[in-house]
Formats: sequence, structure tokens, C-alpha cells
Amino acid sequence: MEILVCVKRVPDTSENEIELNRAGNDIERDDLVYSVNEWDNYAVEEALQIVEKYGGDVTVVTVGGEDDEEILRRQMAMGAKKSVLLSDAAFEGSDGAGIATLLSAFVRKNHYDLILTGVQAEDGAAQVGGMLAAMLDYPFASLVTSIEVLNGKLKVSREIEGGNKEMNEIDLPCVLSIQTGINEPRYVGMRGIRQVASLEIPALDASVLAVDPASVGKSAAKVQRMDYFVPALGKGAEILGGSREEVIDKVIELVKAKGGLK
Amino acid sequence: MARIFAYITHKGGVPDDSAAEFLAAAKMIDPAAPPTAIVTGFGADLDAVSKTLQDTYGEIWKISHEALAYPNAELVRKALLAILPSASIVLLSHSHFGVDLAPGLSVKLKAAAASDVVAIEGLDGKFLKVVRQEFGGLMSAHVRCDLSTGAVISLRPGAFKPVDAAPARGTVVDKSSEIGALSARRRYLETVIAEVGDVDISKEAVLVGIGRGIQEEGNVAIAQELADALGGAVSCSRPVVDAKWLPRSRQVGSSGQTVKPKVYLACGISGSFQHLAGIKGSPFMVAINKNPKAPIFQVADAGIVADILEFLPELTTKIRETVKVK
Repeated sequence: MEILVCVKRVPDTSENEIELNRAGNDIERDDLVYSVNEWDNYAVEEALQIVEKYGGDVTVVTVGGEDDEEILRRQMAMGAKKSVLLSDAAFEGSDGAGIATLLSAFVRKNHYDLILTGVQAEDGAAQVGGMLAAMLDYPFASLVTSIEVLNGKLKVSREIEGGNKEMNEIDLPCVLSIQTGINEPRYVGMRGIRQVASLEIPALDASVLAVDPASVGKSAAKVQRMDYFVPALGKGAEILGGSREEVIDKVIELVKAKGGLK
Repeated sequence: MARIFAYITHKGGVPDDSAAEFLAAAKMIDPAAPPTAIVTGFGADLDAVSKTLQDTYGEIWKISHEALAYPNAELVRKALLAILPSASIVLLSHSHFGVDLAPGLSVKLKAAAASDVVAIEGLDGKFLKVVRQEFGGLMSAHVRCDLSTGAVISLRPGAFKPVDAAPARGTVVDKSSEIGALSARRRYLETVIAEVGDVDISKEAVLVGIGRGIQEEGNVAIAQELADALGGAVSCSRPVVDAKWLPRSRQVGSSGQTVKPKVYLACGISGSFQHLAGIKGSPFMVAINKNPKAPIFQVADAGIVADILEFLPELTTKIRETVKVK
């Protein structure tokens, strides 16, 4: 089975404090640590487990620039055989539909039995997988929590409300968006990264992909982020101050008063 | 101004709560364009939901088809494409069904797609300004949506407070004959109900909820000791289950259990909306988190900025002493 996994490089929320920049129009990007989007990492692991069982290769693809090569290399160190960077100045500022347009152009030039994305990106909108499927006219399932390979089709479970699962049968080729927790992604060591450090990663531009530059990028984006701001959700908690002992006494007093301790 | 439609899901003949939220959201887009409800399904359930919606919507488009008895996004998309006028604005819920339907629908309609919208700030010419969240709710963003070719806008469940709707006595329009044949390459098989775990967290009065801040499996015991001292149970947010440190039956949230404790200690939990959606009945919430900017502090009643791995054992020791003294 030939599997394509679409991945994205995102600021790592476990390694950074995401803060507003001074101008207030973006997050502070100085010294940000980036990594592969968590959902996408589960998708790559799932693809690797499928090819280990049924044969075939895993290819990882992303849209971006040179900086994004690091996550492609990381996913190759994990076990992906090939990686591709879709890169062109004309792609900058693409919205979800723009990214899906580029990915669909790449898929049309190659054949894949199965295409995986993460359910969403840290800085994304849970759109690209579903859009890509519609552009290719492939069937789609979101929030996938298990995959069983059958003959010419898959049996997949989807996460629905209350921890329940919706079981579906889906014809190949198809696009699935993968939910976290579907597997336990393998560890990638420094040695593995070193082994793929000098591999050439092909970069495809608009002309190679045969994409009209006017159909992607900022000018074609119907949806554009204008700024970031820090959300104000509620009145906010009363922050308990004082020495550790005072804070603990106060917590116990409050918990008692609210019936949490008899 | 384009026409606004609200796609309403339903269960057992009862419309989803989002039906009232769509009315509020549509008003924020254009107070002069009351939305038209669209419902799909089959049989008595569909008739019942159409009837209920007549109280609040001026017009209800209904599509009845045996293949739509269970909502399959691929089939619903085909049905909607057959009836939606060009440049429509379609509102739907950012639920597991909306995540399936919205992206593909926007592609086929050649419309803008804004997902998981938490607020609508209004129209500015052909642009609609909405608010979304990124980074698990740590940041909000204003997003501009070009409505010239229509839009598919999915709304976060619960984000829009229902407004008092004038009684509508709506008309039901049967659109079933317009949709043609339906066949899908994805077929629904069955729904598997979640297993009940060793502890039923939905019935506990005191919950010690742990999140990513617990850092490793061996530290779960710290939370368990606190829960034991309080006479409660340990629950968790999604990352703890994804890491397989606790079973799924302990997960609180929209994809896990709904809980209604009296006291909820959120320990090392950032406070994503998916997690908060599982907490009902306004418990007294104490949040303990290293990061003073964690969204959980905005919804908790009391907050402590501390490392849970240090704080929880000290709290446990003190509670044990308190109980012993009595």
C-alpha cells in the first residue's frame, strides 16, 4: 500500500510559552521551538504500522520553505521512505483551501492508495484533509481512531461524543484525518536523525505541480487571519498568594466549604 | 446579502442544542436575514424535528431519504449541493459530524470555510469578521472571511448564547424530490458504546483531574494519593489517555465523559474547550498550573501557580493531618 502523509511544522506548545508579539499582530516567533504537529506524528506512525504489515512505502509531504525540511527529515528518521517539499513564493499565505489545492496537485501526479493527515494542526482549522478529499473526489473520514485493512477498503473507527466510536467501511483510495492516541508513536533518536541529515529532499514549485499561482497563496485565500489576541474567557480565578503553607490551608478551607472534604 | 442556512443535526426527533445557537449567530451576521433551517433524515424522527423547529425558524427545508436515516457526511453533502442556492452562507456545528462535512462542502460550493468559530464580530462589506482559537485556546485570532462566493461556517458548540427567539410558526418545505440518487463510498456500520471503567467518574463528588503537567506515568500515583485523601477519584484530560497512562473511561471532555462533581481540582490541565465541555453543574474549580497564562485560570474559581509535582504531595500530607485531627 502506497501511503502519503501530509504533515506540518508548528510551534511546539509543550516547549514554548505562546505569547503575543510586541506589535500584537502575531505570536512572538523569536526563539520559538518548532516540531512536527502532534496529530501528524500519530498519522505517520499509523502509516508506518500499515506498511510494516502489508508492504508499500510511506511518503511525507509538507508545504513550506527550507525551515520545514527538518520535520520531513524527522519523519524519515522515523521510517518514512520518501519526503517532498512543496515550495514556491506563490504558495505563501495560502488558506486551508490553498494548501489542499497544492496537495491535490501533487497527488494527481503520483498514485497513493491512502492519504493521511492529522485531525488538525496546533495553529490550524481541521480542514485540509476533508478539502483534499473533496478536490480529489475521494471518500473521507475524520477523527479516525483505528484502521483495519480489508480487501480494497478499510474499516475505520471515528471518535464521536461520550467516548463512543462510530464504525465505518471506506473504499480505497481515501483520505483519513487521524486523531491523537490512535497508536504510540515511536521514539526518534539523534542517531536516526543523523542518518538522514544529508538526504536530498525534492522541492516542487508551482510549474512542476502545474498549479496556477493565482489559485493559491494570499491573493486566493478567502479566509485570512488578521491578528492574534489573548482570549478573555471568564472573570478569572482568584489566584491564591502567600507562603506555600498559607496557600495549602486556604485550598483546604475552600474545598471543605464547598463540600469536597468532610 | 446572501441567504443564511443552518444545518441542524438531531437525535430521536429532537434538534441539537446548536439549533438555538445558530439563530443567535445568524443575527450577528445579518439581523435582517433570518436563517432557513435544513434538516435531513428519514421517517417519524425527521417529521418530529421539523415540527419542533417551526417554533423558532421561519422556514425549514427538509430532505427525507432512507439513506439519510443515519447522518453520513458524504450523502448529506450531495443532498445539500442539490438544494443550496449559489453564494449561500451555511452554518453548522463544529462537532464530529461538522468536522466530517464542512471542509468538503466548502470545496464543492467553492465557498470560504471558517471552522470552530467562537464569536462573530460582524460584516465589513463582503468580509465577515469572526474569532477562532489556536494553540489549544492559548491564543485567539480575528479571521476575515470573504463571503462573495458564500461561506461554510462551523460554530463551536456552546460558544453562542441562544437569544430569545420570536415565535416563528415556520413553514416546512419538502425538498426531498430535488436530491436524486444517493450512494456513498463510506458506509456506516455501527456505533460502539464506550466501556464503563473501574471507576465511574460521572458519579464522583470530588475529582482530581490531571493533564499533561503530570509528565509521566509514575506520577499518576501522586494524584491518586490526593484523591484518596479527599475521598474522590482521579480523572484526566486527553493527553493522559493518549499516552496510555489512564484508561479512556477516566477522560473528561467532549470525546470522553461528562462529569458533575462538587469540587474539581484541575492539576496541570491547560483547560482546552474540549476538556471544559465535559464539566457540568458548575463545580467549585481549583486550578493548579505552572503556567500563569494557562486558560484554565480564566474559568477556575481559585488558582495556584505551582508545579503540581511539588504541590500535590504537600497538599495530600496536610489533608491527611486535617482528617486525622478530627
